[in-house]
Amino acid sequence: MSHDASHGHELPFWRKYIFSVDHKVIGIQYAVTGLLFLFFGFCLMMLMRWQLAYPGQPLPFIGNLFSETAMIGGIMLPEFYNQLGAMHGTIMVFLGVVPLAVGGFGNFVLPLQIGAPDMAFPKLNMVSYWLYFTGGVLMFASFFVPGGAAQSGWTSYAPLSVIASSGQTWWLVGMAFLINSSLLGSINFIVTTVQLRAPGLSFSRLPFFVWSQFVTSFLLLLAFPPLMAAAVLQLMDRLAHTSFFMPSGLVVNGQVLEGFAGGGNAVLWQHLFWFLAHPEVYVLILPAMGIISEIIACNTRKPLYGYKALVWSVVFLGFMSFIVWAHHMYLTGMGPNLSAFFQVTTMIISIPSIVILTTLILSLWGGSIRFTTPMLFALAFLPMFGIGGLTGLPLGLNAADIHLHDTYYVIGHFHYVVAPGTIFALFAGIYHWFPKATGRQMNNFLGKLHFWPSFVLMNFIFMPMLIQGLAGVSRRLYDPMQYAHAQPTQPLNVFISISAWCLGLAQIPFIVNFFWSIFKGKKTDQNPWQATTLEWTAPSPPPHGNFVKEPVVYRGPYEYSVPGQKNDFWPQAMKENN
Amino acid sequence: MNNNYYGWGLPVDISTTGWRVDELIIVIHWVMAVLFVGWFSFLIYSLFRFRSRPGHKAEYHTKHFKTPTVLEVLVAITEVVLLTAFSFPIWHQYTQGLPPAEKALHVKVVAEQFAWNIHYPGPDRVFGKADPKLMSSTNPLGLDPSDPMGTDDVSTINQLHIPVGVPVIAELSSKDVIHSFFLPVMRVKQDAIPGQKISLWFEATKSGEFEIACAQLCGLGHYRMRGFFVVDEKDKFNAWMAEAAHT
Repeated sequence: MSHDASHGHELPFWRKYIFSVDHKVIGIQYAVTGLLFLFFGFCLMMLMRWQLAYPGQPLPFIGNLFSETAMIGGIMLPEFYNQLGAMHGTIMVFLGVVPLAVGGFGNFVLPLQIGAPDMAFPKLNMVSYWLYFTGGVLMFASFFVPGGAAQSGWTSYAPLSVIASSGQTWWLVGMAFLINSSLLGSINFIVTTVQLRAPGLSFSRLPFFVWSQFVTSFLLLLAFPPLMAAAVLQLMDRLAHTSFFMPSGLVVNGQVLEGFAGGGNAVLWQHLFWFLAHPEVYVLILPAMGIISEIIACNTRKPLYGYKALVWSVVFLGFMSFIVWAHHMYLTGMGPNLSAFFQVTTMIISIPSIVILTTLILSLWGGSIRFTTPMLFALAFLPMFGIGGLTGLPLGLNAADIHLHDTYYVIGHFHYVVAPGTIFALFAGIYHWFPKATGRQMNNFLGKLHFWPSFVLMNFIFMPMLIQGLAGVSRRLYDPMQYAHAQPTQPLNVFISISAWCLGLAQIPFIVNFFWSIFKGKKTDQNPWQATTLEWTAPSPPPHGNFVKEPVVYRGPYEYSVPGQKNDFWPQAMKENN
Repeated sequence: MNNNYYGWGLPVDISTTGWRVDELIIVIHWVMAVLFVGWFSFLIYSLFRFRSRPGHKAEYHTKHFKTPTVLEVLVAITEVVLLTAFSFPIWHQYTQGLPPAEKALHVKVVAEQFAWNIHYPGPDRVFGKADPKLMSSTNPLGLDPSDPMGTDDVSTINQLHIPVGVPVIAELSSKDVIHSFFLPVMRVKQDAIPGQKISLWFEATKSGEFEIACAQLCGLGHYRMRGFFVVDEKDKFNAWMAEAAHT
C-alpha cells in the first residue's frame, strides 16, 4: 500500500531522494556514501604513509592543522597512528567496500537484473541504509571523543581493546549499527532473489552477478550474528566490567587490574571475530567477481566459459568460508590437530578460487575483446586477484606462517585481493553501470587516464610490502626504524609512500569524470554496451518500478554471438533477435 | 647492532629448525611463480589474439579446455605434498618436538607493555614462585622473596641470552595484553597471551647479537617493544649468567 502511494511525481524531495524506498535511489545513496568513506579511509592511510616513510619528521603543510592530541608540531603521535590504522581498516572494509559492493551495486543492479520492480521489502531497504549511515557517523565522530577513535586495530583484540580509551566503545556501537544494516540487507536480497525473478528467469539463467550477491547475502546473514554477540560481550566487558575476554591476574602498567573478576578467555574474541571476518573476506571478493563476470562476457562478445563451474565454485566457496577462520590464529598456541584441520580447509578453499580465476581467463578465448574502460579494470582484476590469492598460500600453511604472520606480507596479500582486486572491480562496475544510473556515459579518455596510473601504482605500493614481509617487518609499527631487521627495507617505505600519494592524485581524473559526466556526459540509449541481461531492457535511468512492461525471460544471461543471428547479442527478454 | 643479518629477503637463519620453514617458503614461492607466469602469459596472449578488430568475430562455441582440470588436479596434489611433507611435520617439530627437559635450558618469557621479562631458574634449575600480586616496578615478575628456590633465579629485562648448541625451552606468557614473541633470525614467532602459558623451543647454531620483536599490536609502545637476543658460546654465556646472578 505504501508502495503504491509512493508512485508518481507528487513525492516531496525528502521522500524521493533522502528517505527513499526506491532500490535505485538507495543503491546510489549507498554507492556515494561508500565512495566518500573509501576516499576518507584512503586519506587516513596517506597520513600514515608519511610517518612510515619519514618517521618522527613533521608533516609539511597540513601538520599544524591537527590538534595536540594527534600531532605535536606536525609530528604524529603513536596513539594517533594507531587510530589511523584501526580506522583505515574498519572504514575501508565495513564503510567503504562492502556498502559499495553489496549496498550499492547489489541494490541498484540486482532487482533490475532479475526483472523485479523493486526489492522485496523497500522500507527495510531504507532502514538498512540509514542504519549504515548512522554507523558511519558514529565511526567518524569517534575521532573527536576524548582519547580519540579506536586504536586496537580493526580486529580489536581483547584485552587491549577492553582497556582502551572510550573510542573503542564508539567503535563497538558503530559496528552494531553496521551489522544490523547488513543483516536487514542480506534478508532483503535473499527474499528478492528467490521471490521476485521475472517469468522465465530460472536459477540456471541468473546472471553470475546475481549468484554472487545471493551467496554473499547468505555469508552476511550467517556470519554477522556471532560478531554482533561478540561486540555486545566486549561492550559488557568495557562498560559493566564483565570478564568474557578478560583472564584472571592481569597486571597492567605495574598495577593489578582492579574491577574485573577474571576467568575469561582472550582468544575467545579472536574466534568470534574471525568467524565473521573470514566470510567477510569473501563478502569483499564475491560481488567483485560477479561484477567482472558481467563485464567480461559483455566485452568479449561471447558467453562466459564454464558458467556452471562458476556457480558451483561460488556456492562451494561460500560454504567453505565458514570453516577456515582459525587460519588467522595459528600462532595462538594451536596444537597440530586443530592446525592441520584448518590448513586442510584453507588449501581446499583455494581450489574453487583457482577454478573461478581460470574460468574467467579462459572466457577470453575466442572472444572479440573490446578494451573499454570498464573492461580494462575488469581485466586488471584477474592478475591482481591472482597475486592476492597466491600469496595467501604461504600464509595458509602454518609452518610458513610462523615467519610471515603479522608481517607486511599479510598486508601485501590482502590488499592485492581487496585494492587492485575488489576496488578495481568496483571501478569497473561504476564505469559499466553509470549509463544505466544516469542515462549518460563516462568519458573514455579520463577513464583510461584513471586506469593506467592506478594499475601501475597499486603494484608499486603492494609488491614492496611482500618483500618487507619476507624480511620480517611487523605490521602496525609506528616507527619501523626502531628495529634493525626493518631498517634495510626502509627505502621501500619511502617508495611505497610516494606511490600512495601519487595514487591519490591518480584518482582526480575519476572524480572529475564522475561529476562532469553526471551533467555533461554523452547521452546514451537504454543499452549502450549492447548487453544481454535484463537491466539493459529498462530505460536509462529506469523510472520508479523499473520496467515499462514486465520482462519475460527466454534464455540464459550471456547469449552473445549466437550463430545465425543478425546481432551479436541476444537479450534475455527478447523473443526474436532482429 | 650488526645489520649484516638483515636485508631485502629472509633474514639470516641461525636456528636448527628454521631452514625447514625457509625451504617451505621458497618452494611455495616457486609454485606461485609457475602458476602466475602460466596464467599471465595465457591472459596476455588471449588479449592480443582475440582483440576486437575489423573482420574478427567472437565464437559462440569455444572448445572445451582439458588443461584447467589437469591444472586443478596438479594444484591439489601440490597442496597435499606441501601439507604432508612440509607444513604438518614442521609444525609438529615446532610444537611437539620439545627436547628432553634435562638437556635444555629453561627460561620464562613474560611479556608486558612494552618489555620482555626474562626469567632464568639459576643453578638449581628450579624457578622460584611468582605471584602477580607481588609485581612492582622493582619486581616485574612478582617473584616471592620467601621462596628458597627463587634466591638463585636470574631475571633480566629485554635481555635474552642463550648459549650456542643448547636447546632452549621457553615458557611464554603475558601480564596484560596479547603480544607476539618474534625472533626473526630463529624463525620463531609465538603469541604471548594473558591467562595462557605456551611452551616453545629453539636452538641456535651461531653466536651473535640479534633482536626480539613484538609482532602483535599491543598498544602505544608496540613499535619500540624491542629486546636484545644474544647468542654466546657456552663459556661466555656461563660467565654472563654468573655475573647476572650476582647483580
